[in-house]
Amino acid sequence: MRRLWALFLVFTLALTACSSGTTNSNSTAPAGSGDKPIELEFYFPVAVGGPITKIIDGLAADFTKENPNIKVTPIFGGSYQDTMTKVATAVQGGNAPDMAVLLSTELYTLLSMNAIENLTPQFEKSYIDDFFEGFMANSKVGDDVWSVPFQRSTIVLYYNKDAFKAAGLDPEKAPSNWQELREYAQKLTVKDGQGNVTQWGLEIPSTGFQYWMFQALALQTGDNIMSGDGKQVFFDNPANVEALQFWHDLGKKDKVMPEGIIEWATVPSDFLSGKTAMMFHTTGNLTKVKNDASFDFGVAFLPANKQFGSPTGGGNLYVFKDIPEENKKASAKFIEFLTSPERVAQWSIDTGYVATRKSAYETDTLKKYVTDFPHAKVAMDQLQYANSELSTYQNGQVQKILNDNIQAALNGTTSVNEALQKAQTQADQVLKNFK
Amino acid sequence: MEKKVNWLTGTGRGSLPPTRWKKNAFAYSLLLPSMIFLILFTYYPTLKSIYLSFFNSTMGQTEFVGLQQYKQLLEDDIFLKVMKNNLLLAIGTVPTSIFLAIYLAIWLNGKLKANAFLRAAFFYPTVIPMIAIANIWLFIYTPSYGLLDQFLEVFGVKGVNWLGDPSWVMYSMIFMLIWKEAGFFMIFYLAGLQNLPQDVYEAARIEGAKPFQIFRHITFPLLMPTTMFVLIIAVTNSFKLVDHLYIMTKGGPDNASNLLLYYIYETAFSFWDMGKASVLTVVLLVILLAISIFNYAYLDKRIHY
Amino acid sequence: MYRIVNYSVVTLLGIAFLIPLIWTIFTSFTPTSEVTSSSNPFWIDNPTVSNYIEAWNTAPFIQYYYNTFIIVFGILAVQLFTITLAAYAFARLDFWGKNVIFILFLTQLMIPPDILIFPNYTIMKELGLVDSKLAVMLPYWASAFGAFLLRQTFKQVPIDLEEAAKIDGCSWWKILWHVYIPAAKPTYVAFALISISTHWSNFMWPLVVTNTVGSRPLTVGMAIFAQSFETGAQWGTVTAATIMVIFPLLLAFFVFQRQFVESFMHSGIK
Repeated sequence: MRRLWALFLVFTLALTACSSGTTNSNSTAPAGSGDKPIELEFYFPVAVGGPITKIIDGLAADFTKENPNIKVTPIFGGSYQDTMTKVATAVQGGNAPDMAVLLSTELYTLLSMNAIENLTPQFEKSYIDDFFEGFMANSKVGDDVWSVPFQRSTIVLYYNKDAFKAAGLDPEKAPSNWQELREYAQKLTVKDGQGNVTQWGLEIPSTGFQYWMFQALALQTGDNIMSGDGKQVFFDNPANVEALQFWHDLGKKDKVMPEGIIEWATVPSDFLSGKTAMMFHTTGNLTKVKNDASFDFGVAFLPANKQFGSPTGGGNLYVFKDIPEENKKASAKFIEFLTSPERVAQWSIDTGYVATRKSAYETDTLKKYVTDFPHAKVAMDQLQYANSELSTYQNGQVQKILNDNIQAALNGTTSVNEALQKAQTQADQVLKNFK
Repeated sequence: MEKKVNWLTGTGRGSLPPTRWKKNAFAYSLLLPSMIFLILFTYYPTLKSIYLSFFNSTMGQTEFVGLQQYKQLLEDDIFLKVMKNNLLLAIGTVPTSIFLAIYLAIWLNGKLKANAFLRAAFFYPTVIPMIAIANIWLFIYTPSYGLLDQFLEVFGVKGVNWLGDPSWVMYSMIFMLIWKEAGFFMIFYLAGLQNLPQDVYEAARIEGAKPFQIFRHITFPLLMPTTMFVLIIAVTNSFKLVDHLYIMTKGGPDNASNLLLYYIYETAFSFWDMGKASVLTVVLLVILLAISIFNYAYLDKRIHY
Repeated sequence: MYRIVNYSVVTLLGIAFLIPLIWTIFTSFTPTSEVTSSSNPFWIDNPTVSNYIEAWNTAPFIQYYYNTFIIVFGILAVQLFTITLAAYAFARLDFWGKNVIFILFLTQLMIPPDILIFPNYTIMKELGLVDSKLAVMLPYWASAFGAFLLRQTFKQVPIDLEEAAKIDGCSWWKILWHVYIPAAKPTYVAFALISISTHWSNFMWPLVVTNTVGSRPLTVGMAIFAQSFETGAQWGTVTAATIMVIFPLLLAFFVFQRQFVESFMHSGIK
């Protein structure tokens, strides 16, 4: 009997002893005193293939070499979504990390949790001004800088030059407006004897990030689909209806795109295997397409309707509020280190993300890369027409609302008009508490 | 210690029988380890879900709202869709996989080497994680150069957008789940068949009964207890199996493949809507309890654990 | 005649059931350039192991294997302890409230921990255990299924054996150790196999409760790996990663296949 109880005690003790809360060193020594190193927790996601984790670990190690009294511990959090979940949990549990790379669109969610540090006082104005305006749009509220662009992408048009030649099109001239896009796509849609399509003219993915693709078409037609303060959306205005109608018609009416829903992840493999001659996809894919394409391909601006346009995407560096002052300073230091022009250039080459700073394009590294591989510059040139990605309070919910309704429209279960009105009503419902 | 145990169990020679409460205490202490974990991770969370379902808490502030969130649920299109999908999934997978399992068990019940091999072929999907299956079937269902469409092309059939078309996506999922589950249920039926009285079959054979008659009038009724047992597991599983959505469709297109448990996951960990996640959890608990109670009370008088 | 027809049907079905696995193995050895362009999915022009190397280098699989191993066997070890004690109590002891407690155990069969992801997550947060292997294990440390399975076997042990041992002055736990546990060996094997394969495959709960490489099991690691969405579907590397995750399970299954099937049959599930 007593032995049993003893067993239990051991058991419960074992349970309580294994708690794994991470602790931030709350030392009050001034930064740089050298005797008590500052430890920084740095959460980051991985959204592209390749050895990203190794690159980040290497950068953290290099930083410690330069600053022996600051140790950065990178923590791989999974996908963007997973990383956000982890960070939000940690913040609510009172042990926020020091830094994280999260989607730039999480800004309002993080603000409503009162989780992040205003970075305006931490950086020189000249440093911030060096970042492309298109990327800063998601990083600022008014004049306050809340995060620093890090791994950013935008949407571009990829096209198969060999297929262009075969269709009698000029392989050096991508479609520049919607009219041309539709005509080219019609010429590029190839059928076999039984009338089955063997090559589609175009694919625009409609899972995962359909709101992002929709934004591109909306920006080309009118204006962005939300206000700059995260409190309002304009899903159902006429320009956006026109944009979604065009997308819907490419598949259902013009028959130059597979009907219904097109899987985000299979679009690049469709392009590489010749199943589609053109695709809208993220610049994050450039390196992979370059490595795997067995044909000559081109990269171009997304075709314009009334103007060029494309939303930006990807992740920013955030610093958290609930950490010691010297950790904030050290974090800012690490951010400057990560975003030095030379490293931004290298990061862009390694991953295919767009280099976030103008000065990065002045470095010899990137200059040489762009000369050998001009496609890498298309995304940068398109940035002058770029605008911020959909970001509101309750962002997860608003995005899902829009995503679901876009799919309903593309599938033909509801009309384009109805879908966008429904999305508007539902999103208003969610956002009404923030007005 | 040794002595203490002796008065507990009684050593037979001259010691008094243990008193009632000591006996009880002994039994409880044996059950305690299990009970600790059951209380902590089954009963307490269940009660907690019920409690939290009366509070609205989005992003930090919590307020008591009574039954309001339950009312809102009935107006929530996604919730209604998710319930419909779960029902469709149960109706689509359970009877088919049970019948397939019986059929396979009857024909693979012999001692032959070939039978053992075939049993393994049907059973291995059970052993593989759902998440791995999702990866494999995502590629099988890829339009035009996915394995399924390539196979259909041989016969000149044009494939559809299996996972992208709302009218097809549930059937694609059902097909995949039958592949995963049938072998698992087959095992239970193989066990059930071992215990059937052989003399009944002898008699039937002498009577000249046809194989199908034998199945209908003898095998199937005799296997009823097994069927009931499998039914509970199958229906419970149809609410539990959601891992594949994470990889394959995220519940799309437009929630056409979304399921209740995955909706709970989204609500709790993407929208941070604790109140709603609790309400949904309560709904799922009620459904599962109802299924089980119905089973134990009405159907299942003969299953002994 | 009908026998031949049915055997052909069953054999064809069996082959159909195997195709996804065979195809996955083939694809995992196919170079990227061939995956989507080859006309015959069951033929590789230039077999390669580069997919495995790439997957191995992209994600910390060794750490994931280690985590899964600790989690699976950590769950099993504690389960064996808790179910043995509970099964003995249910099989051999009379006590006040036995039926009530029995029904309480039954509830776990009706409400598996897997569906309580959200409330259990908040409990782990309160305990400060989020992102630990322990948090992945805890909800599974009691197993009603195991307790009932074992109770059934214990009941079949002749009561005389126990009486005889008692007369010899054996304490109850010695009797348990020398009489009951050896008698229930097949049941233990059956339960262990079921427990290991279940928890090796578990995904939703660990996804919710783990954050970092240090605690993340294989299934979650692989899902995250497969979701590298900035790039397209990388069939080769994803199938390679999938094979890496399922290989130990398949191996265990083929080695223990007989025990698996037989122990199921003898475990008294009627």
